[in-house]
Amino acid sequence: MVAQNIFFGILSAIVIVSALRMVTTRNIVHAALYLVAVLAGLGALYVLLTAEFVATTQVLVYIGAVMVLFLFGIMLTKAPLGNEMEMTGKQWPLAALVAALLGGVTIYSLLNGFGSDRLVTDGPVYRTADVSDEVFSTYIIPFEAVSVLLLAALIGAIVLARKD
Amino acid sequence: MTTLLALPYWQETGIKLGLALAIIPTTSLILVYLFLFKMMAFMQSRLGPNDTGPYGTLQLIAEAIKFLQKEDIHPAQADRRVFRMAPVVVLGSTFLLYVILPAGPDAVVENLDTGIFYAMAVSSLSVLGILMAGWSSANKYALLGGLRAAGQLIAYELPLILAVMGVVIQAETLNLQEIVVAQATGEIFGFGGIGNPFIFTQFLAFLIFMIAAQAELTQTPFDMPVAETELVGGFHIEYTGFRFLLFFMAEFGTAFAFAALASVMFLGGWWIPGFDVDDNILNVLGPGVMLGKILLISFFIFWVRFTYPRLREDQLQKFAWKVLIPLSLANIVLTGIFKVVF
Repeated sequence: MVAQNIFFGILSAIVIVSALRMVTTRNIVHAALYLVAVLAGLGALYVLLTAEFVATTQVLVYIGAVMVLFLFGIMLTKAPLGNEMEMTGKQWPLAALVAALLGGVTIYSLLNGFGSDRLVTDGPVYRTADVSDEVFSTYIIPFEAVSVLLLAALIGAIVLARKD
Repeated sequence: MTTLLALPYWQETGIKLGLALAIIPTTSLILVYLFLFKMMAFMQSRLGPNDTGPYGTLQLIAEAIKFLQKEDIHPAQADRRVFRMAPVVVLGSTFLLYVILPAGPDAVVENLDTGIFYAMAVSSLSVLGILMAGWSSANKYALLGGLRAAGQLIAYELPLILAVMGVVIQAETLNLQEIVVAQATGEIFGFGGIGNPFIFTQFLAFLIFMIAAQAELTQTPFDMPVAETELVGGFHIEYTGFRFLLFFMAEFGTAFAFAALASVMFLGGWWIPGFDVDDNILNVLGPGVMLGKILLISFFIFWVRFTYPRLREDQLQKFAWKVLIPLSLANIVLTGIFKVVF
């Protein structure tokens, strides 16, 4: 358990530092690259929690697709190289307040829900097949609902992109 | 499987990772020598690269010396940190691919449960490095190359993953070792002598996978990101010497890894007909069989590369979205139906 704790500390430090740098850096591409570091660090934390499938999905979806699209969009529109720009909007105190509130609510609900429960260290390891069994039996309705939501988003994108 | 020697987990993993690190340059050297220097020179009647020294072997050394003595140049406007990190990210993606390539029942760095899904995830990381290189070079050709690469890789990642789905449905697992076992223990109309390599039942998926892999590797019909005649050199235009060598090594290393994935999924992997799937001797013979299959598949990749002209950007996108993705979806539906019926 010691090794896990050490790696948890290192990974958390990377994630926190990258997250702070992401909101304080003045270069928009650097901000996106720090976000990649945050997401990769979270993926590594999932591996520590033996959630291999979730970690892989995190890499495939967030880093391989979402962040690449982010960078693609930034570079296609505006990506000033070298010259720093003012990226802090006027409403940052409000945004900080909302972020703090969201963080507080999440932490409170986690502490309230789990309290002093500890993760079972020698419990069963859930394999990918177990995850899929759960998704397609217990959680089939949320899964289908998410699919319909994604379909709606897809149709919306097509409607927006059509010229006629 | 008998345990010959037992090491602590971290020692075993350390040795395996060191081996994988040594294998990447070796495999790219093999591909560069066999296909880039010998085969391309013969196919395109190029004089020189195929006859430096005995059988053209000295060309490799000449190239290595050439790259190493070049000056390490940063463009004045470049974003230095990102510029330096980009080739490492691309090569890192290649390295992560090698972690799961199996060459025998036990000859694999880490037999991941998510196997092929993990391979698709880490292979998509190279786009990030390419975008970083294109942006940080402070060169409009480099930026255009990076953007083209991103657009192309996003479009072709979908048919690649959807083609793999057919194999996954048939093998009922994501794990690469279990995919090999599923082919080794399969039967063709009751005949199990050569197992059931999925190239027979999943030929459409194989074709889609190879085409999409060609695009993922930015090899010639799909090499718009580096198109010399349009973009001079695309995203790696500003890279010299060792940093360029890293990109080069990653390109061929990834080609080798994709060929290995194709031979594991469609050609039966390391299994040799007549052996038990967990026979220890396969740990010795398996890598040789894998190498043969990989070279066969790389031959097709490079054959296409050296003989086809480049597609146009709009043709490339149309081909991915209007042909490959519908075809691979149809393949998934068909495989699903056959799986339920039989």
